Amino acid sequence: MAVITQFLADEHHCCDESFATVEEAAQTGDLAGCRQRFQQFQAAMEHHFQKEEAVLFPAFEQATGNTMGPTQVMRLEHQQMRQALAEMAQALAGGDLDDLLGQSETLLILMQQHNIKEEQILYPMCDRALSAAAGSVIQDMRDLPLGQPT
Amino acid sequence: MMTAGLSLEQAPPFNVPLRFFLTAPPFLLLAAGLLLWQGPDLFASRWLPAALALTHLLTLGFMAQVMLGALLQILPVVVGVVVPRPRLTAALIHIPLTLGALVLATAFLGGGPTWFQAAAGLLGLGFGVALLAIHLALWRAPVVGSTVIALRCALGALLVTVVLGVLLSGFLAWGWRLPVFELTQLHATWGLLGWTVLLVTGVAYQVVPMFQITPPYPTWLSRGFAPLLAVLLAAWSTFVLIGWRAAAGWTGAALAVGAVLVAVATLWLLTRRRRKIGDPTLNFWRASMASLLAGALLWLLTPWVSTLAQAPQVEVLLGILSIFGFAVAMINGMLYKIVPFLAWFHLQAQLFQHVKVPNMKQLLPDACVRQQWWSYLAALLLLLAAAVQPRLFAYPAALAVGVAGGWLGINLLRVCRIYYRVLRSGPPGDLNR
Repeated sequence: MAVITQFLADEHHCCDESFATVEEAAQTGDLAGCRQRFQQFQAAMEHHFQKEEAVLFPAFEQATGNTMGPTQVMRLEHQQMRQALAEMAQALAGGDLDDLLGQSETLLILMQQHNIKEEQILYPMCDRALSAAAGSVIQDMRDLPLGQPT
Repeated sequence: MMTAGLSLEQAPPFNVPLRFFLTAPPFLLLAAGLLLWQGPDLFASRWLPAALALTHLLTLGFMAQVMLGALLQILPVVVGVVVPRPRLTAALIHIPLTLGALVLATAFLGGGPTWFQAAAGLLGLGFGVALLAIHLALWRAPVVGSTVIALRCALGALLVTVVLGVLLSGFLAWGWRLPVFELTQLHATWGLLGWTVLLVTGVAYQVVPMFQITPPYPTWLSRGFAPLLAVLLAAWSTFVLIGWRAAAGWTGAALAVGAVLVAVATLWLLTRRRRKIGDPTLNFWRASMASLLAGALLWLLTPWVSTLAQAPQVEVLLGILSIFGFAVAMINGMLYKIVPFLAWFHLQAQLFQHVKVPNMKQLLPDACVRQQWWSYLAALLLLLAAAVQPRLFAYPAALAVGVAGGWLGINLLRVCRIYYRVLRSGPPGDLNR
């Protein structure tokens, strides 16, 4: 069963929905609403990153003994997205919704090509490598509180 | 700084896909020039040499060009493997493909057997390298998902298309004795319905739900479509070759129903997109899928309506709908996402923390995309009108194709100009990346 794939792909979809609401607010010129939605979106993204970085990736690395492979690339892409999110936050702080929409276009592609790699390649590898332990790994991810952004 | 640089290891250098993308629009200009030169006569039949030259300028020069360039780019993302020696591989595909398309068009326009021989050699080489490189990459895929399956089926169809194309050029270049009429039908169908539809749908399963934030395609469609289409194509080809007309008719109808399903599913998903902001490239997706739908319905209807069955215009319309409607619209729209994103991505990786990198909408404003969209739509509608009323519409259609192609080229060049300007403004030493 691809339980890890399912669990984390669902989180991707939640983040996607949240992303769409940010863009929608920006499109209608609702700066206050956009700021509030962006905060929720950024927090959801950060929480998802942390679940992977603090729980899933170490479990995968331990099970496979591979610390420099796909998880390393995923960590670096998380940093790239954190950077893009920070630039969106900067645009919002300056009240520049056009800049925000230009940045969001880029973030969406970064995000989705990252998701493709995870959902098509990494998560199935995790499901295979962790098989019996998958349930407890998911539980640990559920229990992880949102920490400070790294 | 290090973060972006390292993740780039998986992506080929910008000029690997870019050389393909920038070569494509000039082929639309060449197509427009050929249409102007030949005038209304070109629309009389798909079997005319000039019509065949036009077809191959579009399918080889524009479509295959971008499709192969984009594949080299996206393989690391969707499959997780890198094509080895990307610059050399790209050159070995791009140069023979470009020259081959030009030589083949010249051959059809009266160049004679030597030109067909040269075209067969060039295109055989270019596609041979492409098939080999991409197959090797797919072979090493760590996980086989539905996209890998669709890509394998699409590449299989490309292989069949190329082999049939080389056989047909054997007839034209060396006088091989072959059932030319049947093989041409097969060649066109494997190229358009096999390679093109399979590649586009394989990419669409990923791209539409993710980038437009829609519900996913139904699983039975995304899993079953590619293998089913490939099997139907093989069955249809066998029936055509052994002359079982009724069986060929029914499998042909089943193929068209498959195309209808994919087109309707995509159009329906696009109405359910959660991404509420305007996106001018959506128009290209809609035009593409509407053309696929119209083409498939026309194919389904033709055997039942005697006036249609006897009209040579139906085949011309099918060609325009599937090539300029379905494929060119899709590619045109995708280029507007791929090129600005890659420009941003490579700038970000090289200049991050030194210079503020322009965002995608600064690299290519929506207004540029919207304006070119109208010229594309005009070209498509005028071409369709020219198929029915060539005397009236052939020249306006030719001009519109030229405007749409030129404008697309200008928009892409705009992105590249900003890319190189920003790159030069960065710290020295980064330029050689």
